[in-house]
Amino acid sequence: MLTILFDGIAYGMLLFVLAAGLAVTLGLMNFVNLAHGAFAMAGGYVTVLTVNRMGVPFLASLPIAFLASAALGFIFERTLYVHVYGKSHLDQVLFTIGLVFMSVAAVDYVMGSSQVFVQVPGPLQGKFDLFGIGIGRYRLLIIIICGLLTIALQCILAYTRFGSRLRAAVDDSRVARGLGINVNRIFALTFAFGSGLAGLGGALGAEILGLDPGFPLKFMIYFLIVVTVGGTSSITGPFLASLLLGIGDVAGKYYVPTLGSFVIYTIMIVILIWRPQGLFARAASR
Amino acid sequence: MLSKCMTGVIATFAFGALAAGNVLAQDTVKIGLIISMTGQQASTGKQIKAAVDLYMKENGDTVAGKKVQVILRDSGSVPDNTKQLAQELIVNEKVNVIAGFEITPAALVVAPLATEAKVVELVMAAGTSIITEKSPYIVRTSFTVPQSCVIVADWASKNNIKKVVTIVSDYAPGFDAEKSFSERFKAAGGEITEAIRVPLANPDFAPFLQRAADTKPDAIFIFVPSGQGGTFMKQFAERGLDKAGIKLIGPGDVTDDDLLPGMGDAAVGTVTAHFYSADHNSPKNRAYVAAFQKANNFRPAFMSVGGYDGMHLIYEALKKTGGKADGDSLIAAMKGMKWESPRGPISIDPETRDIVQNIYIRKVEKKDGQLYNVEFATFEAVKDPVKAASKK
Amino acid sequence: MILPRSTILTATECLSTRARWNPLEFAFWVFAFAAIYLMPGHHLILTEIAWLGLFALSLDLILGYAGIASLGHAAFFGFGAYTAALLAKHQIINEPVLAMLAAGIAAMILGFVTSFLVLRGSDLTRLMVTLGVALVLRELANRYGWLTGGADGLQGVTIQPIFGTFRFDMFGHTGYTYCLTVLFILFLVARRLVNSPFGLSLLSVKGNPLRASAIGISVDARLVAIYTVAAGYAGIAGALLAQTTAFASLEVFSFDRSADLLLVLIIGGAGYLYGGLIGAIIFKFMQDYLSALTPQYWPFWIGLVLVTIVLVGRDRISSWTAPIRRLSTLMNWRTFGSRRAVSSIQRTSQ
Repeated sequence: MLTILFDGIAYGMLLFVLAAGLAVTLGLMNFVNLAHGAFAMAGGYVTVLTVNRMGVPFLASLPIAFLASAALGFIFERTLYVHVYGKSHLDQVLFTIGLVFMSVAAVDYVMGSSQVFVQVPGPLQGKFDLFGIGIGRYRLLIIIICGLLTIALQCILAYTRFGSRLRAAVDDSRVARGLGINVNRIFALTFAFGSGLAGLGGALGAEILGLDPGFPLKFMIYFLIVVTVGGTSSITGPFLASLLLGIGDVAGKYYVPTLGSFVIYTIMIVILIWRPQGLFARAASR
Repeated sequence: MLSKCMTGVIATFAFGALAAGNVLAQDTVKIGLIISMTGQQASTGKQIKAAVDLYMKENGDTVAGKKVQVILRDSGSVPDNTKQLAQELIVNEKVNVIAGFEITPAALVVAPLATEAKVVELVMAAGTSIITEKSPYIVRTSFTVPQSCVIVADWASKNNIKKVVTIVSDYAPGFDAEKSFSERFKAAGGEITEAIRVPLANPDFAPFLQRAADTKPDAIFIFVPSGQGGTFMKQFAERGLDKAGIKLIGPGDVTDDDLLPGMGDAAVGTVTAHFYSADHNSPKNRAYVAAFQKANNFRPAFMSVGGYDGMHLIYEALKKTGGKADGDSLIAAMKGMKWESPRGPISIDPETRDIVQNIYIRKVEKKDGQLYNVEFATFEAVKDPVKAASKK
Repeated sequence: MILPRSTILTATECLSTRARWNPLEFAFWVFAFAAIYLMPGHHLILTEIAWLGLFALSLDLILGYAGIASLGHAAFFGFGAYTAALLAKHQIINEPVLAMLAAGIAAMILGFVTSFLVLRGSDLTRLMVTLGVALVLRELANRYGWLTGGADGLQGVTIQPIFGTFRFDMFGHTGYTYCLTVLFILFLVARRLVNSPFGLSLLSVKGNPLRASAIGISVDARLVAIYTVAAGYAGIAGALLAQTTAFASLEVFSFDRSADLLLVLIIGGAGYLYGGLIGAIIFKFMQDYLSALTPQYWPFWIGLVLVTIVLVGRDRISSWTAPIRRLSTLMNWRTFGSRRAVSSIQRTSQ
């Protein structure tokens, strides 16, 4: 059913935009940031506030969400995360879980616990038919935006100086430092950018996934699955993993509704047993 | 390293000493209110709390010479917690009434406690039929899901709807809804083309809606818990199903007043059957809505009247028993009580201790720029059909 | 430089001095059992502390002694809980003690089967895989609702009186005594385990698996063994929960439970067995206090505690209690009168 394929691709690309930041953070600094979903939630709420309360057009609110989350990420990174870099994975996990709890409760306090909706403009609602496939307008927008972002990310990584420095730092940060690359600054910028991407994903996803204070906890699992399955040493790995998961999830729910999300977890475990570094990663040097 | 034991032991004793200073006041009627302030059903908890606060503000906290004290606890939408909290409230705080219960398992799991401790269990939100049968101390002021569903089935079969796909959430009220609707609808000659069940947590309705649409029904019957109606509506519109001529029917949970304002034009035209709409045209309701909105920034929804009427029931029962607050006297006083609620006239069935109320058919329309469920037909004094049928 | 013979300890002496009971330990257990009679009004919360402490103890076995970080330990907890609840509901095993043991064995089998997943891969892989296992179990429980009650939880469970005489009352008296006894017995077993040569070899595996395997310790076998035992302990803790509340729902598998458990263990400190118990006491009282104070926003404060603990540093927190630690070793010396014992304790308790 091609409509299902289309839906799955849209869902997968949304997952990718949400999880890309996490993949880079994990690959670059070996830092497990379970609070990644909190930045996505922040972006979603910024969009809701700007569109619903301030009347900003939806498409204009997307860059605002991106910048807001990026700024938030930058501030948090410089003030809180720096202290936790050297610690063990377990400490990092605990730290970020604590941050998630705090952010969930804080947003609950400020925005209330019920789900919020974005007033999506008329032209983006509904669907049209193309060769017998039902193309949802909003989902088409997601695919376009996320597709462009992926290409942009790949270009930045492959063709810019910043990208090559980033790739060097991911491969071996010690040697990179030795060559004079300011790894800390790269990391701060990458973290901010990744959080911004998450915020953008949250803003786009509010319509499809539903936005409420529990968002980080509900979707953290999916981001982690994308990152673990896709590996962390490239962009294409998580990209293909998100597509796989998105299509698998949507198709699974359509064809075998009783199994539902069971499928995702099983895929993850099977893949992790078979290839502990992830499906598409090169053998890690660490 | 082992020094930490000392700290732990001291901590234990400190807390024990603090907690031991519990003074029991005989002139207080204590109500343990266990609702979700966090977790999946947090929106329900918020509504109930607001309604309870409003009632106590309007009617004071003294009834029949006794002071009424509400002790609030958060169940986090987890039934385990509800049971543990209820146990603590009964044993340590010696409450006379346990109220709340936003989900069915919470109400079911506390039932044996209510029976053993002879404490009134007042269900203000949960909607499965069998709840009131689990203990002679259970009384309900909310609703039962089948009450609304059979009315929907009646309306649908009379209004040219022949083929229906049912979509319900995968938990007890969902099964109740699916069963009561299907049986009534099929008995009237209708056809259920498919019965789809959606996972309760994190639902993405898109694939299920697609599957439903592919069977080309006249209408989709939908039941989801009150927090999820908005997402469903959005995805319904996104699939273009409203434009494809597929009607949306169901009990009023999907057009919950709490979420309705944010749903957008996609919801207009949805026909539901339920016991309360913020738009209900009675002086009592208008006063209620005005006071509620003034105290909070949101509209009262159907979950709130369960709380409001629950408090009313307790107050009136206390007046009737002259202040006696033990379980048996209160239950005896509560049975058969009738009064005018913001939703319309209601009463407590003396045989089942369940609620008997009007069910209205309403349609979503825009009034003064906001969406409301506008009532256009009334079915009076509807008892819970499942229990009524099992008695025949 | 050659040390005089009198200061060199044999391996046996080393182990036996490590395993000696400290007076503070005696005091702890005396108070715990005394609470049965002295604090009858608090038996409900004490019961929760008891099984939570056992659960944390099981995590300590793998985290503190073997270095396996697990985000899904609730898998075994939940498996034990459902086993015990189902055995009671369908009246397959009516005696609660036997049902609890059966649940523990079932959880051990599950632990053994899944232990192979945590052998390979890095810390992160282990975290993900254990999380995945717990979530899969949750989905399975959800899917097979006809067996487990699905999202509503398992209804209609009635627990028979222990040994036919001690009924589970709503005040928690029987519950607390039962849970505390089980906890104590299992604690003794665990204590024996970690103070044995096997336990010491686990510590070496935790420290440096490569080096441990180089000197002939079979790392995989030990990890599988301790993981299985810890799973059994967690399963028994779950069974205790199911039996004292006569209920089991999907929440026993949830991520929140695993995350809270990590917090409990971290508060108390991992690696010396009492950390889980003390952490459980502090966590439960803290949670009780906070959720009564702010029914809606208490997770915020729990998160804050977590963040603070990590930022301050777990080592620094344990160094604040150094004076009391010195006191405890001095007490040990005075009680058992061996200077050699004291110096060996000081050496091995770094």
